Amino acid sequence: MEAVTENWDLFFRSFGYTVALFLIAAVLSMIFGTLLCALRVGPVAIMRAAATTYVTLVRNTPLVIVFAFFSFASPMFGLTFGFLDVHIGQFDFTEAFGAAVVSLTLYTSTFVCEALRSGINSVPLGQAEAARAVGLTFGGTMTQVVLPQAVRASVPPLASVQIAMLKNTSVAAAFGILEAVAQMRRFTNNFSSQRTEIFVCFALGYIVLVLLLSFAANRLERRWRVA
Amino acid sequence: MSNSVLFDAPGPRTMVRHRLYALATAVALLGLAWYVFDGFNDAGQFDFEKKWEVFTTPDYIRALLVDGLFKTLQMAFGAILGAVAFGVVFGIAKMSDHWWIRWPATVIVEFFRAVPVLLLMVFAWFTLGIKEDSSSFWAVVIALTLYNGAVLAEVLRAGINAVPKGQGEAAYAVGMRKTQVMSNILLPQGVKIMLPSLVSQCIVALKDTALGTLVLAPGLTKVGTQIYLEFNNRVPTMFVVATLYISVNMLLMLLANWLQKRYVGEKKLKVAHVGGGFATGAGGAGGAGGNV
Amino acid sequence: MRLRKAFAATAVSLIAATGLVACGDAGDDGDDGVKVEAKDDCDGKFEEGSRMAELSEAGKINVGHKDDQPGLGFEGATDDRPSGFDIEVAKLLIADLCIDPESDGVNWEVTISDNREPFLEQGKVDLVLASYSITEDRRLKVGQAGPYLVTGQQLLVKADSDVESIDDLKGQEVCSVTGSTSIDRIDEKGAKGVGFDSYSECVAKVLDGTVEGMSTDGTILAGFAAENEGQLKVVGDTFSEENIGVGYSKAEPEMCEWINDVLTASFSDGSWAEAFDITLGPSGVETPEPPALDPCA
Repeated sequence: MEAVTENWDLFFRSFGYTVALFLIAAVLSMIFGTLLCALRVGPVAIMRAAATTYVTLVRNTPLVIVFAFFSFASPMFGLTFGFLDVHIGQFDFTEAFGAAVVSLTLYTSTFVCEALRSGINSVPLGQAEAARAVGLTFGGTMTQVVLPQAVRASVPPLASVQIAMLKNTSVAAAFGILEAVAQMRRFTNNFSSQRTEIFVCFALGYIVLVLLLSFAANRLERRWRVA
Repeated sequence: MSNSVLFDAPGPRTMVRHRLYALATAVALLGLAWYVFDGFNDAGQFDFEKKWEVFTTPDYIRALLVDGLFKTLQMAFGAILGAVAFGVVFGIAKMSDHWWIRWPATVIVEFFRAVPVLLLMVFAWFTLGIKEDSSSFWAVVIALTLYNGAVLAEVLRAGINAVPKGQGEAAYAVGMRKTQVMSNILLPQGVKIMLPSLVSQCIVALKDTALGTLVLAPGLTKVGTQIYLEFNNRVPTMFVVATLYISVNMLLMLLANWLQKRYVGEKKLKVAHVGGGFATGAGGAGGAGGNV
Repeated sequence: MRLRKAFAATAVSLIAATGLVACGDAGDDGDDGVKVEAKDDCDGKFEEGSRMAELSEAGKINVGHKDDQPGLGFEGATDDRPSGFDIEVAKLLIADLCIDPESDGVNWEVTISDNREPFLEQGKVDLVLASYSITEDRRLKVGQAGPYLVTGQQLLVKADSDVESIDDLKGQEVCSVTGSTSIDRIDEKGAKGVGFDSYSECVAKVLDGTVEGMSTDGTILAGFAAENEGQLKVVGDTFSEENIGVGYSKAEPEMCEWINDVLTASFSDGSWAEAFDITLGPSGVETPEPPALDPCA
């Protein structure tokens, strides 16, 4: 137990990275996922095809491989995140962090897109027809009428997607970020005699985060419930 | 909602605009593809002798397919079989009329949905006693069974809720008992509705087997690692391994879509997210669960 | 298993189909280890009831090794047996028990940092030779004899870099393996350790310039420097001392004296130096003097 109790600062800092990764990738994946979704239901055939292909390919690739792509393959054609060099307090957000955020964002946005699409499907047909009838364009129909309702209907699946993403941040452990699982592996390497206690502490950390997130989602869901 | 409702049949000016968009997209995509290809080419990633020959060497192809893909499939399907059993037991337990069955079942299901699979794998590995020979194989299977089983329990509950109410009521009316209603009326129909979700869960399990390398489990990722450590061809190996994963997953996706059309139609399952069961006990509006 | 056979058959026919076009021939078949002959003097060599006597009697032994560190302990996708310096030392120990190191009596088990102690405690392996640094915390749970190799942590940077030692990299990112001892040493030196899954991944990160350097045992770095000659170089003095030892179960303390005896013999008859020469030598590391062994408790 001492491994963790005497190193609370390291413990909390590692979960700090987990939370930072999660928050940034959550916001970005929502934005990018919405964009993808718009392309998928939009009028231009080639955009639809491109978005559909992208979603199908990335959704079916293990996240580890997406991470590996941005850590090892993309630098070969000049795409690195070396420009990123932000230091806040004890936290450093540099190249590896950028790569991890991009990997998580691109992977998660495909699931956001699917969740939103199912939300759009649940918006009654008449809503879009009415919007069209009063003369709104595709953009107008989407942003003013369909998406606001679709987003509400998609809160539960979106929450599932983001909760899964929170757990998926653990993959970043193998790609240069000292988040919770990486810190856990450091502890277990240095204090191999206290392995079980260390596991339990970190598992509890994740459970607390997941419950917080799902509590927030429930509040949102109740407030926004579509009649 | 069909797409055509979101926008009018395009007029001549819109057609021109759409063509312009299409052209711009095509140019951008081709440019991106060329940029990526050129970058890899400059970095020597298309050098057949050094980087790719291994993938045409029979011994290594066999390693990839038999020690890699086959083991991965074994773990994924073993896990799904277990997960179905776990899901049925706990899914039904969660709907029990007795609180002393319902509550523990709910806590267990929510616990396994909340912990990262990677942690579950490591836990399983140590509790199994790593003395057994194929313990890392089984650790992966057990961890994925617990996680996917917990998800499936929730899917099953949603599937049974999706069976029209009249079915159960009619069954009670003709004098069936609770167990009979569940096993003869609700379960068969609920299972049919949840089949597509079950297949999507297979995709999740298959992708998650990749995490098994961290507990020394065999499989595609493991073989891939051995290959790029030996031949220093990280990028080509990544493409080959990704292609294998994607091919199998796409087949599963096609199967899921077919099952959806064949058995379910347009109906969507209402699956609550983790913890949703605690506070409200109710799922939300329609939508696919988080098959992430 | 029928399914497995069917799958293998499909795989083979698939290979035949594609293979006819262009059959690659990657990898080398040569077994590059030293041929170590099993001894035959085991009658009465070990004290009755000791673990060594049991192992020798049974003709079977389980050895834990690493499979992802070329030069020390590595096993390719198509290899039957691992190779590297750890493995060569293990073969000397196995041969001393009158077991043929090449035979099926030897079971090679892959270990990682997470499972070395539990493996020993639960008796899944009898010996661990897996670049296993001797530390106080580990000695609480298992026995560690040796060291058979003393290495120090060094720094690997790009060939055109101005960096001369780890001290020039204070506050900057230096790569190593997640959860390894090396990464803690990097932090202690004031640089920031970033962890990846294997050393070759760190090499890629140094080559593409996203991290300034990487740090771990000098022997490992020398191998990468030789592999990428003109692009990478090893700089600075060693700034830590790692004593690589042989792990054994605490329940069998008699193993310690035996391991030390075998190691001492190998130091004097040149088999230790030969093992070093053929495994780590090709990457340009001079064969060092054999290390001083810790006394058994």
